[in-house]
Amino acid sequence: MNEKLAERFFSTRKNVDLNLEPERGIVADMLRRGIKIAPLWLLFVLLIWGTDGVASAAYGIALVFANFVAAAALLTWAGRISPAALMFAALGGFILRLAALTVAVIAASKIGVFEPAPLGITIIVSHLGLLVWETRYVSLSLAYPGLGPTHLAQKKCKEMK
Amino acid sequence: MIDLLAQADTAVDGLKAVGAGLGYGLAAIGPGVGIGLVVGNAITAMARQPESAGMVRTTMFLGIAFTEALALIGFVVFILLNFA
Repeated sequence: MNEKLAERFFSTRKNVDLNLEPERGIVADMLRRGIKIAPLWLLFVLLIWGTDGVASAAYGIALVFANFVAAAALLTWAGRISPAALMFAALGGFILRLAALTVAVIAASKIGVFEPAPLGITIIVSHLGLLVWETRYVSLSLAYPGLGPTHLAQKKCKEMK
Repeated sequence: MIDLLAQADTAVDGLKAVGAGLGYGLAAIGPGVGIGLVVGNAITAMARQPESAGMVRTTMFLGIAFTEALALIGFVVFILLNFA
């Protein structure tokens, strides 16, 4: 790994912010991985449930992405205020996000192409799959609290190419 | 007789919807408690060692997301019971 490149990358203002607010970096990385793997999952669903299943699975993936983004945005916002706000955002956000998911699925059930089985399976598989996958790249050190330095430097190398 | 069967069918549908709603609500209780514990302990850790706040928040975020998966399983059961 190019250490000079990694050092230059971490010295930017953007990455200092990412280290202070690790949720943003983790979710951005999760979405990047999710977008890469989603077509494979949709192809798998297409083979089993057909086009209606693909539409429902794509909706499920979009719901999971939105759920992660909302969770990260709420926690990042509350983390800047106070620990009490963080507690409020975590528990209130949990209820709000579950309610939003329920409303979104009930609204989608009125559409003709709605297939509950692929939607449900996609929600669980994508949520747990992305989380487990992301835990491999998370760094729990005081210097790099969000994503690990090796992984971030690799990403920056690819961007520079 | 046919009317009676139709009424029984409606009652079964109604009970299924009630069961799905109750199941979803009950499935959300455990993760709610779990998220409270995760965030509470994370705040304690941040108060004791403010310099480790970033690390604690990373763990907290992943902990919340993993705990939330339990509620999502309840949610999927609700979807399957109501719409399948």
